[in-house]
Amino acid sequence: MPPESNSAVSKSQNRFAIDWNNLLFQAAMPVLAMLSAFLIGAVVLLLLKVNPLTAYAAIFADVFGSVSGFTQSLVKATPLLLVGLGICIAFRASVINIGAEGQIILGAIGATSWALIFRDWPAWLLLPTTLLASFLAGAVWGFIPGILKARFRVNEILSTVMLNAIAVQLMNMLIRGPLIDQAGVTAGTYLAQSERLPEAAWLPRLLTQSQLNIGSIIAVVLAFLVYLFLWRTTIGFRIRAVGLNPDASRYAGINVAFYQALSLTLAGGLAGLAGAVEVLGIHHRLLDGITSGYGFSGIVAALFGGLHPLGLIPAAWLFGSLLVGADKMQRAVQVPSALIDMLLGLVVLFVVGSSYLSKRWSIQRAIKTAKVEVEAKG
Amino acid sequence: MKKNKSLIAFLSLMLAVTLLLSACAPAAPAAPAADAKPVRIAVVMPSATTDMAFSQSMYSALLAVQKDMGGPTKLEIKYSENMFKVPDAAAALRDYATQGFDIVIAHGSQYGSSVEEIAKDFPKTTFAWGTDVNTFGQPNIYAYTAAAEEGGFVNGVLAAKLTKSKQIGVTGPVEVGDAKTYIDGFVQGVTSVDATIKVNKTWTGSFSDVALMTEAAKTHISAGADILTGSSQSVVGSIGAAKDNGKVLWFGTQADQASLAPALVVASQVYDWTAMIKEIIASRATGTLGGKVYTLQLKNDGLKISYNSAFTLPADVKAAGDKAIADIKSGAVKVNP
Amino acid sequence: MTQVFTQAVFIGILTSAIRLATPYLFAAVGESFAQTSGVVNLGVDGIMLVGAFAAFYITLITGNLWLAVLAAALVGLLMGLLMSFISVTLKAEQGISGIGLYMFGLGLSSLLFKVLVGSVQTVAGFDTIKIPVLGDIPVIGEIFFQNSLPVYAAFLLVPLAWWFLDKTTWGLKIKSVGQNPAAADSLGVNVDQVRYFCVCLGAVLAGLAGASLSIALVNLFQENLTAGMGFIAVALVYFGGWKPSGILVGALLFSTVNAIQLWMQVLGVKIPSDLAIMLPYLLTIAALVAVTNRIRQPAALNKPFERGEN
Repeated sequence: MPPESNSAVSKSQNRFAIDWNNLLFQAAMPVLAMLSAFLIGAVVLLLLKVNPLTAYAAIFADVFGSVSGFTQSLVKATPLLLVGLGICIAFRASVINIGAEGQIILGAIGATSWALIFRDWPAWLLLPTTLLASFLAGAVWGFIPGILKARFRVNEILSTVMLNAIAVQLMNMLIRGPLIDQAGVTAGTYLAQSERLPEAAWLPRLLTQSQLNIGSIIAVVLAFLVYLFLWRTTIGFRIRAVGLNPDASRYAGINVAFYQALSLTLAGGLAGLAGAVEVLGIHHRLLDGITSGYGFSGIVAALFGGLHPLGLIPAAWLFGSLLVGADKMQRAVQVPSALIDMLLGLVVLFVVGSSYLSKRWSIQRAIKTAKVEVEAKG
Repeated sequence: MKKNKSLIAFLSLMLAVTLLLSACAPAAPAAPAADAKPVRIAVVMPSATTDMAFSQSMYSALLAVQKDMGGPTKLEIKYSENMFKVPDAAAALRDYATQGFDIVIAHGSQYGSSVEEIAKDFPKTTFAWGTDVNTFGQPNIYAYTAAAEEGGFVNGVLAAKLTKSKQIGVTGPVEVGDAKTYIDGFVQGVTSVDATIKVNKTWTGSFSDVALMTEAAKTHISAGADILTGSSQSVVGSIGAAKDNGKVLWFGTQADQASLAPALVVASQVYDWTAMIKEIIASRATGTLGGKVYTLQLKNDGLKISYNSAFTLPADVKAAGDKAIADIKSGAVKVNP
Repeated sequence: MTQVFTQAVFIGILTSAIRLATPYLFAAVGESFAQTSGVVNLGVDGIMLVGAFAAFYITLITGNLWLAVLAAALVGLLMGLLMSFISVTLKAEQGISGIGLYMFGLGLSSLLFKVLVGSVQTVAGFDTIKIPVLGDIPVIGEIFFQNSLPVYAAFLLVPLAWWFLDKTTWGLKIKSVGQNPAAADSLGVNVDQVRYFCVCLGAVLAGLAGASLSIALVNLFQENLTAGMGFIAVALVYFGGWKPSGILVGALLFSTVNAIQLWMQVLGVKIPSDLAIMLPYLLTIAALVAVTNRIRQPAALNKPFERGEN
C-alpha cells in the first residue's frame, strides 16, 4: 500500500510526514495519469488481439534493461532537451514558440554549410565554430518572429507556423541544389541528402555501438547555464518579469517587446543547436526529415519538466525513453505505429490535465491540515 | 482524507483492471515448429505499408516471397513502418540485428549512414538498403536501387500515343530521388514520340500533402492536360482528381495503382523486389552476405509495366509500349536518369 | 500559348483558390470561436483528421454523404469535449493540451484507417452543384457558383459566424468571457459553460473541415491527410484578428497565392518550385506586416479561468 494510507491523526501530529506525503502525492499524479493513458492503450491493444502485458513489458525491458535501449533514450533526449530549453526561455517571457521545427532545420543547414565550406580546418577549430554557426542560424529563425512581434505586432504563432513551412522549402531547395551529394548525381539517384561532412566536424561518440555523443553532455551543461541565466542574471530576471506580468514590467521601465524578441531569438538558437547535434552527432550529413518532429515533442518535454531548465533534464530523458520504448513496443508486438502516436497523445493529455488536479488537491490538503492543527491547538 | 481514499481506490481499481486485462488477453501465438528454422527478415520503412507506393512495394514483395516459400514457418517477417525519423530507424535496425534476424532491410535512402555504422557491429547479419548504389565496401551490405527512369520512359511513350490535347501534366512532390528520375524518364519517353507535346511539371514541396497534390492535378486539367502522372504517396490525390474529372488518364509508378481508378489508370510501373529478396536469401544460404548492388530494371524483371486490364489499350499503343520495353531491355534505347 | 495570363488562367486560379480555402475556412472560423472565448486549441489538425476519417469511412460503408457529415460533426464534438474537459475543467496549459490532442487525433485516425480500411481507396463524394441562374453568369458563375455543397457551406459560414458573434447575446457573452472572465462571472455568466460551448463548436467545425477534404475535395483518406493544415488554420485566426471577415481575407489570400504558384509552375514560369511553394507563407506574413495589426487579442486568451483567483 502507498504511504498515503497513514491516518489523519498521525499526520496532523507530524508536519514533516505531511510534507513528504504531499510531495509523493504530487509525484504520483503524473504517474497515475500516465498509467491511465496506458490502461486505455491496453484496451486498444486487446482489441488488436495483442497481450498488453507483453507489449508494455517490451517498453521497460528495452529502456531499463538493455544498454542499447538506454543509450538510445539518451540520444533521443538530447534534442528534446535543447529544444525544450528554448521553449522554457520563451515560455518564461510568455511567448509560445511553435517554430522550433524550422529553427532546427536552419541550425542543421547552418552546421552543414559551415562544415563543408571550412572542411580543411582542424577539429578544435571546425567543431566549435560549426556549433556556433548552427546556433546563429537557428537564432536568426527565432529573431524573425521576435522582431515581427516587437515591431509589427505579428502574433508569434502565426509567424512561426509560416516560418516552419518556409524552412522546409528552403532545405528542399538547398538539398537538391547547392548542397546535394555529388555522388548521388553521378550515380543517377539524386538522393535528398548532402555530402558527408568532414570527420573533424563530427561530435565525438561516447560509446561504441551507439549513437550517444558528446552533444548530450553539451545539452546538460547548457541546461545549467540556462538556469543560471534565467535566475541569476538581470536579463534573465527581466525575461521572467515580462512573462509574469507584462503590464507591471512595462511600468517598471522594462522593454517588454525587446525581451520577448530576445527570448525567441535564444530559443531559436537552442533549437538550432539541436539541429547541429542531429547532423554532427548522428547522421554526419544533412538529410530530408532531419527534425524528427522534435520541434513539437520538445514542447511536450518542456511541459513535463515544469518549464524549468533543470526539471527538463529528467523530463527530456523520460519522454525520450517513452519514444524509444514505444518504438520497441511496435517492433515487439507488430502493432501499427499509429497506436504509438495515439498513446503518446493520451499521455500528454492526461499528464497535462492531472497537473491541475494535483495542484488543487494539495492545496485542499494543506487547508485541511491547517484546520486540524488550529483545532488541536484551540 | 477523502482524496486519499479515492486515490487508493483508484490504484486498486487500476490493479484489478490490469490483472483482468492480462487474464483475458489472448494467449501468445504458438511457437513455430522447431524442426525447420525459418529465415528471419526484418524491414524498416519510411512510410506506411499501405502507402500504395514505395513502402508498400517492399512489403508486398516480402509477403509474396513468404507465400512462395511456404508461409511464416519458413520465412518470418517483422516490420517497422512510418520510420521517417532516422534515429528511430537506426535504433530499429540495431535492435533487429541484435535479435538475431538474418536479413535486415533498411528501405529508405536516408538510412545509409545508419546501415554503414551498424553493419560493422553485426558481421554475420545481412543488411540490404536502398535506394542507393553504395555498399560502403562492406561484405555484409547489399545496396539496391530502381532505374525508375526506364518505366518512366515507357509510360511516357504510352502517354504520348494517347494524348489528344498534346498536353500532359506531371504532379511531383520534391525534385529528388526516384521522383525526379521517374519524371525525367517520362519526359524523355514523351519527347521520343512527339517533341511538340507539352509536359508541364508541378512540385508541391511535400511527399504527404494530398490536398495540394489534388489541386495541382486539377490545375493541370483546367490548363488542358488530358493525361497525368506523378510520384510519391500523395499522388493518390492526383488520381482522385483524374477520377472526378472522369476523362483524364493516369500513369502510375512504384506500385500498381489501377485499383484507385480502374477506368482511368492506363499502366503502372511496378517495383518488384521479389527476385532480389529471393536471391539475397539464396546467397546467404551459400555464405554470401552482401557486397552487391541490385538495380531494378526492365531487363532483370525488377521493374514491370503493369497494364491495367480494365482499361482497353489500343493495339498500336500497346505495341509501341512493348517496343519501348524491348528497346530498353536490349540497350537500343538508353534512358538517362 | 504566348500569352500567359489569359481569362482561362484567371478563372482557373480563382476556382482553385476557392476550393483550397474551404477546409481552412471551416477550421479557422471554428478556432476563432474557441479563441474568442479565451481558449487556444492547437489540436485543430488532429480533430480534422478524425473528422476526415469518420466522414470517409461512413461514406465508404453506407454511401450516405449526410450520415458521413453527421459522423464528422459528432467525432468533432467528442474531440471538442475532450479538449474542453482538459483545458477548461482541468485548467491545463492550453498550448500543450492542444498538441496532445493533435497527436491523439493523428494516431487515432491512422490506426482506425489501418484496421478498418487498410489501403487507400477513393469514394464518391459531394458532386459539383451548379446554382441555377447565378451559375450561368460568365466568369463569375464559373468561379463562384459551380462548386460542391461543402464549399458553399464554408463561405456561408463566414457571415453566419459574424452575425452570431456580433449580433446575438450569445456572441456578446462569448466575447465577455474571452475579454474578462472574472467580470463575466460576476455578472452571472457561466464561464466554463461558454468555453465548453465554444471549444466544442470549433471542434465540430474542425471535424467538418476534415470531412470537406475527405468527401468533397480529395474524396479519399490517407494517414495524415491534412499534412498540417490545422496549424495553418490556427495561424489564419491570428491573421484575421479574430473576425470572420478577416479570416476570410486571410484564407483567400493564402489559397489564391497557392493557386497562383501552382499555375506558374504549370505554365512553366521560370522560378524554382521551392520558392514558388514558399510564396503563400511569405506573403501571408508580409501582408500582416504591411497592414499593421492593431487588433487586440482576447485579453484572457490562453488563460484558464478559476473563480476567486483573478
